[in-house]
Formats: sequence, structure tokens, C-alpha cells
Amino acid sequence: MTAATATQDTLVLEGIAKRFGSVSALRGASIAARTGEITAIVGDNGAGKSTLIKCLTGVHRPDEGEITVDGVPVDFHSPEDSRKAGIEAVYQDLALADDLAVWQNLFLNREKTRGFGPLRLLDRRGMRREADAMVRRLAVNVPPVRSRVRRLSGGQRQAVAICRAAGFGSRIVIMDEPTAALGHRETQRAEELIASLRDHGLAVLLISHDFAQVQRLAQRVYVMRGGRVTARLRREDINTERLVALVTGAEEDE
Amino acid sequence: MSKPTTTAGGGAAAGAAARPDAEPRAIDELRGRIKDPGFWAEWTVIPAFIVLIVVFGLISDVFLTGDNIESVLAASAVLIVLAIGQTFAVATAGIDLSMGSVLTLSGVVLGQLYSDGRSIWLAMLAALLVGAAVGFINGFVIAKARISDFIVTLGSLSIAAGLALVISDGKPVEVINKTMLDLSTNSVGPLRWSVIVALLVAVGAHVLLFQTRFGTHLLATGGNSEGSRAVGVRTQRMKIAAYTISGAMAGLAAILLVARIGSAEPAAATSLLLNAVAAVVLGGVSLFGGRGTIAGPVIGAVLLTALVNGLTLAGVSEAYQPIAVGTVVVASAVLMRYQR
Repeated sequence: MTAATATQDTLVLEGIAKRFGSVSALRGASIAARTGEITAIVGDNGAGKSTLIKCLTGVHRPDEGEITVDGVPVDFHSPEDSRKAGIEAVYQDLALADDLAVWQNLFLNREKTRGFGPLRLLDRRGMRREADAMVRRLAVNVPPVRSRVRRLSGGQRQAVAICRAAGFGSRIVIMDEPTAALGHRETQRAEELIASLRDHGLAVLLISHDFAQVQRLAQRVYVMRGGRVTARLRREDINTERLVALVTGAEEDE
Repeated sequence: MSKPTTTAGGGAAAGAAARPDAEPRAIDELRGRIKDPGFWAEWTVIPAFIVLIVVFGLISDVFLTGDNIESVLAASAVLIVLAIGQTFAVATAGIDLSMGSVLTLSGVVLGQLYSDGRSIWLAMLAALLVGAAVGFINGFVIAKARISDFIVTLGSLSIAAGLALVISDGKPVEVINKTMLDLSTNSVGPLRWSVIVALLVAVGAHVLLFQTRFGTHLLATGGNSEGSRAVGVRTQRMKIAAYTISGAMAGLAAILLVARIGSAEPAAATSLLLNAVAAVVLGGVSLFGGRGTIAGPVIGAVLLTALVNGLTLAGVSEAYQPIAVGTVVVASAVLMRYQR
């Protein structure tokens, strides 16, 4: 079965290739992600995960291959295009402005305004109220929306970034190493949050080096090596030893 | 596609119930802020101002008279405008070192046009536009060519200073004009028109920075340029806009300065640049970008002017004044270290 034949797949990437000069970062990678599921991508550094994600978020344009969202082919020229198609990403560094409040970060580049033409002013109260509702609905680890991001713990900051990615009607959320910088307890909370996104009916794409985490969360796993997807596992086949073998190339699946 | 709250499940709801009220009332928030050492590090300018008023009020009989307050405010107008412009550059995590010589260039352009018989309004407009144009070029090179703000504005400092000398042939130009004279001498209550202009600019800048999308994006660019770009903020435009504003403010400051001294001087206003940066630092604006106020730098500018005035009244030699200004600025910067 190729990924494209499964009709319920929200997001399908088919044969994506990307070269930077003489370096082939992606050599025809295909993955699919489904609504209400967590799909993990694992692989060593340089396997092409980041490049694949950047093709998906509109940072890079693939040289070959096709991306479809709900069966409709899309062509992203900018991160804006990708966002309009309902794709949001939580970056490793979280992309938060530390000295702005939680609500300002949530609404960054989506600010609500009142008034006309050049006199449009921010609807600060409205945004605070909505931000509060949004974090309460989604987050397990709720930060107060008025506080500056700088004051928050690592886990709360992450919750803000995840809420921003999931809170505006997006359908596909990409998480790049979401728990790499977190302690044990905060990792646990972040995982609960990721699971709650899945339960809210989002398609979650998880990039992680933590195989135990992948095993806990993912419904399917794609293993990448040398710019290709070299293995694809269903939930029941996922175990840490196998993933290590596949990632290092000790075992080849396809 | 994402399902609404009904499916949120017991887990999230239980989590919400376990938390204390997440929306503190305004009074609690104020109380919390006053207790927070970070707040006082950001607002050092207020206790510093109070100390200054008390000290010079005791030393000098003249310091707190209405006439002296009026003249201190009038003397602050140029610096207030410069500090506001500098705040925009600093808020994007940059700095505009060219402001002093852009002010000189704009002033010289104003003076030349007026002495060539053009209307004073045209001359003032030209001063503003020259400032904005230099600022735009600064911002464009910084944002698009990705060259350090320090280098770019240091370069334009030199270029603008040179242009001012070329245009004026190194000679000051008198600008004797009723409109300009009114601007610096007529007043409404204790406020001269130049001060009113500066305060209106401050109100406008405050609204722009804190009540518009533009302002939020500007602060976000300064706080986390890469991250803001990732969510679609046009960070290059924000930087260009910030330097265009600081340039335009240097142009406006030039108008106020020419009105005040009655002539356009070709010599670079280095001390004004330093004092503008000082007012910004004193005003609690983070030199790392992304954080600041307009009120802080405005009060900082008045404070520095009042400090010089107080020292003069106290009979301290003019040579000591820059030393005092520098000390105050470094001390406040040290205090700011605790804001994080």
C-alpha cells in the first residue's frame, strides 16, 4: 500500500526530493499523517527530517514530489501559504518572544484589531479573553495569559507554543523535538498535551529522538535514512530495539 | 476540522479545575508588579527622578520655580524626540548611532532651503524627509544586507556629518522666522509649543508601539527575530520601519533645535546622540531588544536635562556635567542587569 491510497490521510507527501547544490537532502521521501493520530518521524542527524519539515512548512520548496492536504495538491511558496492550508509547527526553540505576554505570543501575526483603515487598534481585551479560553481548552499545564513568557517554566513555554500551533483551527501540527529541553515531569506533561491534540482531532507529526516517547505516543512511525523513508511501522510493531536498528541502518525494512 | 470543546475530555477539564484563578484582578496585578524587583529595575528612572528633584530642590532656590521648570522642559524637547526615535531602533535589538549627525544634516538642509528663500514649511518638511530617507537607507542595509546596525549607522553617521559640511560649506546659517520663533517661545500654560510637539509625538509613539499590530510585530522582531519570522512576521520590514522612524525623529529634532537656537549649525551633535542613547537606557528599554516603553525614555530625557540644569544652578563647572550624565547612565544600566 502506498501512502496515497489511504483516503483518510489528511496529509500526504509523495516522493519529495530536495537538493542543495550538489547535496541531495531528500531523495524521494513519502509519508502520510492522519487526523486523530500521532505520526512520528525518526532518523539520525542528516537523515532529512528537518528538510522534509521545512518543505511542509513552506520554508523550502521541494524539487520533486507532491504534497496533498485532504487530497488537494498544495504548493507552498512561503510559511504563510503553509499556515493557510492548516499546517502549524512547534519549533525546537519554540519561536516565542520572551518579553511579550502569553496572549501576545498566542496572537502573534494574528492580532485582532478594531477600527478603520490606518487607525486600527489592537483589541487587547478580546485577545486576552480568547487566549485564556484557548489555553484552558488545550493545555494541561496552563500559564496565566498575562504573564511575560520570560517568567514561565520550560514546560509552560512549550504549552504556549503548542497552543499557538493548535489553537487557530489548524489541522496538522508538526512538533520538532518537543521535549528535548524538558525535565522528566515537564516531558510527561508535554506528552499529555500532545495526546490531547490528537484527541481534539488534529493530525500530529512528531519528530523525536526519544524512541521510548515514540513508542508511548505514535500510531505510526516513519524511519528516515539518507533522505529516504527506509521503514514504516504500525503501532504494534514499534519497539525501541527495532527503531535503533532501523535508524542506524543495522536493519532495513523496505 | 478540529473538534470543539465538547470533546475536550475529562483530563483537560480536571486540569483546569485544579488551577487557581488565572485572571488576576487589576489591583492584584499592580500589587504584584510593585513587589517585583524587575519592575523597579525597569522603572529606575522614577526614583532617580525623585531623588534628583529633592536634592537640587534643596541645593538651589531656583530649581523648582515655575520659570526654571518651563525652561528645563523646553530644553528637553529635542532630546525627548531623539530618545523616542532611538527607542524604536533599540526595541528591534539595534541602535541608531547616526541620529546626531542626521539631525545636523536635516538642520542644515532646513537652513539652506530657508535662506534660499523657500517657505519655512517646505524647509521643515525637507528636514523631516531627509531624516526619514537616511533612516530608511540605514534600515534597508541593516535588514536586507544583514550588516550589523552598529557598523551601518556608524557609517551613516560619518556620511551625514560630511554631507552637512558640504551643503553648508561649514558655516552656520541663521534662521530668523516667526513660525520657528513661536515654536520655541510661545507656550500654553507652562508648556512651550516645542514641548507640546514632543509630547504629542510621545503619545503617538506609545499608541503605535502598544496599541497596533505594527508595534507588537516590532517588539516581537526585537525579542526573537527568527521566531517571529517563523510565524510570518515580516521582520525585515519591521527593522526598516524602525530605522525610518528614528531617522524621521532626528529630522523633527532638527526642526526643534533650529527653532531653539535660531540657526542651523554644521557641527555634528555628538553629545545629543549620546544623551539620547542614555535616556533610552535610563528609561528601562532593553538594549537586547523586544522590551521597552515610551514613557521611560521620555522621563529619562527630562531627567538628563534637569540634571545638567541642576548642576549649572548649583554652580558646578560645565566640564563636570558629561561626567555626571555618564555616571547616572552606567549606574542605571547596572541596575537594569537585575531586570531579567
